Amino acid sequence: MAQARVPLVDYLCLEPEPHLVAQECRHCGARFFDRRNACARCGRSDFAPAEVDSNGELRAFTIVHRAAPGIPVPFVSAIVNTDDGTWVRSNLINCDPTPEAVTLGMRVRLTTYPVGTDDDGTEAVAFGYEPT
Amino acid sequence: MAAQISPDSVWVLGAHMTRFARYPDRDLIDLASESALGALADGEVTVADIDVLACGALFQASGAVGQRLQKQIGQTGVPVYNVANACATGATAIRTVMMAIRAGEAEIGLAVGAEQMGKMGLLGGGATKKEKKVFEPSGRYGAVTGVDGYLGTETMPGVFAQAGTAYAHDHDSVGFEQFARVAYKNHLHSTLNPLAQYQKEFSMDEIMESPMMSYPNTLLMCCPTGDGAAALVLVSGERLASMPSHVRKRAVKVSASVLTSDPFTEDCQVQPDVNTLTRNAANQAYETAGVGPEDLDLVELHDCFATAELIHYDNLSLCEPGGAGEFIDSGGPFRDGTTPVNVSGGLISKGHPIGATGVANVYEITTHLRGEAGDRQVAGATVGLAHVIGLASACGVHILEKAAA
Repeated sequence: MAQARVPLVDYLCLEPEPHLVAQECRHCGARFFDRRNACARCGRSDFAPAEVDSNGELRAFTIVHRAAPGIPVPFVSAIVNTDDGTWVRSNLINCDPTPEAVTLGMRVRLTTYPVGTDDDGTEAVAFGYEPT
Repeated sequence: MAAQISPDSVWVLGAHMTRFARYPDRDLIDLASESALGALADGEVTVADIDVLACGALFQASGAVGQRLQKQIGQTGVPVYNVANACATGATAIRTVMMAIRAGEAEIGLAVGAEQMGKMGLLGGGATKKEKKVFEPSGRYGAVTGVDGYLGTETMPGVFAQAGTAYAHDHDSVGFEQFARVAYKNHLHSTLNPLAQYQKEFSMDEIMESPMMSYPNTLLMCCPTGDGAAALVLVSGERLASMPSHVRKRAVKVSASVLTSDPFTEDCQVQPDVNTLTRNAANQAYETAGVGPEDLDLVELHDCFATAELIHYDNLSLCEPGGAGEFIDSGGPFRDGTTPVNVSGGLISKGHPIGATGVANVYEITTHLRGEAGDRQVAGATVGLAHVIGLASACGVHILEKAAA
């Protein structure tokens, strides 16, 4: 029997293929990943789920060498602008964490990786971006 | 240009800051008292003259610091506002007193910023939970465990590094070396400031080869934690006009006092947008004061990290649009350049006891406009700008002008 898996955050959908789902304002189209009370751009409160494009461009990054205890370093923190114009923050993975290997403007795509297993044996799955 | 005293204007009457340092043998109220008493003496007034007190101390924001300060320096019964606004806490204290004076509720007010951080280490970000681990979604993102380090970074050196690399994405001529040069400049400037926490020059190689915190910010490109306080006595123009001439001559006009928060931008949902609110604050301040960036003799801006200072050259219009890299490379923000920036040493060297920072920046500008800055004096300074920004976000900009002779 396959191990139970849960997404690290609720805006990551693992099936059928991993992808992100934003809350999109029905009035102005602004996209958010958190639970909303109203829209930060227009103030209205009608939202609909919107699938986010899994391909995009690296727009900003940092290579983190010092972090809180328990967080593996170094890693690349990335700001990605997807091909449908959505902004996403995650890690850049499957890429050396060096300034030489990470290039601003590089093409990336969404992928997933395990981040740990809980005491009931359930695996948490995070998303990251990898160079294409 | 030198400012005349109009009745509805607001002026700095007294100013003080402690040296920024680590004070394990003093408490927050000791530091706040030193600056408050110092600013009162500097302005030749006493606590009995103060109509309103605003006090900013971020990490003790719920601790009635203003009232505890009163219990040491004078319980006069005047209204006290304890304010907290991230790294713009000090600027918010100043602005609170400004508003009370402008509203006609006070003639003289005291703004104090203080912080005791000790060696807090890295701010922002957090470890995953340690208790029995069962993955249950919680919070606004339905996260089953901590996301810092898995979905990007939440640490301050990292967040501001990303703000810097986002600028580098959009503009050529910006890279590791340009960011490092900012830190080189501010460490160099600090050697002339006896109030700075660190007063040591470092070479470009030392800066670039110091331990990497969050690329491109190395250790020597990050501000330290520390302790300190600063205070200002503000006075209405109407009241100032009745004061002796030697007091009027040292008064410095607050030509603009602006506070902004971040308006909606697409990318600010996933990374703090430190640019738009700074641009908005600067533009409002320039318009209110009737001065332009070309008129500024010196600027103290919020260089919590070297990456931050560089992008604020552009946000404050100190350089051509997109030209922050060329500006630092040309020497423009060095103390002998076209617009000296952070001649105090900046947060990187002078230090960043959070609540004190936004008051200390105005102290620095005031001291130069009075011609009392000693070895670090910018000769002939008549107009200056102080800028702070705190994440969430809040941005304070003050423009100050020397009094007419």
